[in-house]
Amino acid sequence: MTERTVAIASAQGLHARPASVFAQAAGAAGIPVTIAKQGGSPVNAASVLMVMTLSAGHGEEVVLTADGPQADDVLDSLVGLLATDLDADV
Amino acid sequence: MSVDAGRRTLVGVGVGRGLVVGPVAKAYPSPVIPAQGGGDPAQLGPAFDQVASSLESRARAATGALAAVLGATAQMAADPALRAEAEQRVAAGETPAEAVDRAIARFVDMFTAAGGPLAERVTDLRSVRDRVVAVLLDLDEPGVPPLTEPSVVVAADLAPADTAELDVRQVLAIVTERGGPTGHTAIIAGQLGIPCIVRTTGIMDLEPGTEVAVDAVAGTVTLDPGPEIREQSRARRAAAAALESDTAPGATADGHAVKLMANIGTGKDADRASAVPTEGVGLFRTEVLYLGRATAPSQAEQVTEYSRVLQAFAGGKVVVRTLDAGADKPLPFVTQAGEENPALGVRGYRLVRSHPELLDTQLQALARAQTETGTTPWVMAPMVTTPAEARDFASRARAAGIAIVGVMIEVPAAALRAREILAEVDFVSLGTNDLAQYTMASDRLRGELADLLDPWQPAVLDLVDSTARAGLRARKPVGVCGESASDPVLALVLVGLGVTSLSMSVGAIPAVRYALRHHTSAECATMAAAALAAQSAGEGRAAVLALVHPEVRETLGV
Repeated sequence: MTERTVAIASAQGLHARPASVFAQAAGAAGIPVTIAKQGGSPVNAASVLMVMTLSAGHGEEVVLTADGPQADDVLDSLVGLLATDLDADV
Repeated sequence: MSVDAGRRTLVGVGVGRGLVVGPVAKAYPSPVIPAQGGGDPAQLGPAFDQVASSLESRARAATGALAAVLGATAQMAADPALRAEAEQRVAAGETPAEAVDRAIARFVDMFTAAGGPLAERVTDLRSVRDRVVAVLLDLDEPGVPPLTEPSVVVAADLAPADTAELDVRQVLAIVTERGGPTGHTAIIAGQLGIPCIVRTTGIMDLEPGTEVAVDAVAGTVTLDPGPEIREQSRARRAAAAALESDTAPGATADGHAVKLMANIGTGKDADRASAVPTEGVGLFRTEVLYLGRATAPSQAEQVTEYSRVLQAFAGGKVVVRTLDAGADKPLPFVTQAGEENPALGVRGYRLVRSHPELLDTQLQALARAQTETGTTPWVMAPMVTTPAEARDFASRARAAGIAIVGVMIEVPAAALRAREILAEVDFVSLGTNDLAQYTMASDRLRGELADLLDPWQPAVLDLVDSTARAGLRARKPVGVCGESASDPVLALVLVGLGVTSLSMSVGAIPAVRYALRHHTSAECATMAAAALAAQSAGEGRAAVLALVHPEVRETLGV
């Protein structure tokens, strides 16, 4: 089990466009990935609906987990997305 | 008001300024699932796929906000968690139509309970439900019928996918029974410039073809409107065109100049704002450059952004507000964790106590942008509370090479001591949103306190009054850059109190310019006195409205 913790960089939190971009990327990863708020229950990161129900705000930390040999690469790129302000430039 | 006595009128929440008359076209309602359920289990996956791919192709054909919301709805239709739940329900014995309906109902409940931006997405979820269930039950796709003449589109609620189907040249207005003023329907109607009324009880009882008048300003739908409303509609359209055609500098009827300026947040905003007639920027919110970052932007990066804004308004007036972080705008590298009352904590100019280097870097960047562009920015600090803070900010700014220095008046203490503060700086600007929050002790983010936060509250106007008078005495400019400047009626009061410039979102400028052009300074002063003499916000607004010229009320629909 590989795990990463990252603070949400998007100014409006993990809603709307940031949630959509993130869930798409998680869905394209090829392996199951979960996302949880600190201390909360993990949900399918590829589900935009579940990701939105987390209601993770700007600056709030979330935990990503995945299994297997690709897990490190997949989680690194997803962490990179969450650490970017996805609300910018729209 | 365009209420036509004796005719049936439905009331909702209006978005936009239009008044139109035309026949009702009703959107097809969502499919009703028969008591015994319905659908072929083998078709569950294909039904989701079909809806998702149809929405995706519509998203690709659309542009702007519409494309974004269609894409988001398509993503919901393709959502793996939603599909898994529907499949589990079918495996447990539910028919596919019921399974889809209940799986989506569960997300609707979660989103509704979460409130805020999530609750606004419920319309998209219901649209996915209706489309997938219609496919499963082999029904016509729910949505808007083809429009053969300019029509008023009426629906229980309009999903973004429905608006994608609209032939916008044939849509006079959109009226919905549900939805909210910040929901997708209202946003897209705004983008398309179509008058819209949401939350209109009883609108679904109308028969298709019924003639109605839709007044987005009043939020009313009048059935079988008479000739007087049709005439008003023509006059409103002509007036709107006339409003846009006046591009002269802002002034009262007797020629007293009042600068009408734009609020912006980025260099990109500046490029857009400089394309429309304004007299510069009255509020450049620099914190937008800092948001969503782990560290502060470098001085070089700041110089580039500030130079872009100064260049867009070369030789003109640009008022720059230094970093306003904290409270509802937290930044990871400055905000102190665990502040119990962040709105009353270390925010705005107070950050200089813990992070003086942030302010000094920003002031140096602004001074360099001033040298590089040859345009002198007016630089002001937010959340200044005492004359000593104003003096400290002014000396820091001047030491960095800033030529014109000011502070914002947002704290009642600063408004009460405006005279002493103006002795330290070259100008002040009233931030009426925060001034109302602090004067009325009411959190700006609490919707249920909106009545206390009303900028018409006489106590708030008293503080604007004392600040404006201190400015007149010191012969220094006093601007307003809060929401209140964009209300054309309140703008008259602010000018009557002695405010010298008004800064607002670009779209609000034509109506304010028009209102000012039609009243003299003496009339504005009389309105100001009436607003101050009122016992309440509502009474003040009513008293001032009675003093506004009838043709201005009619044109602006106020």
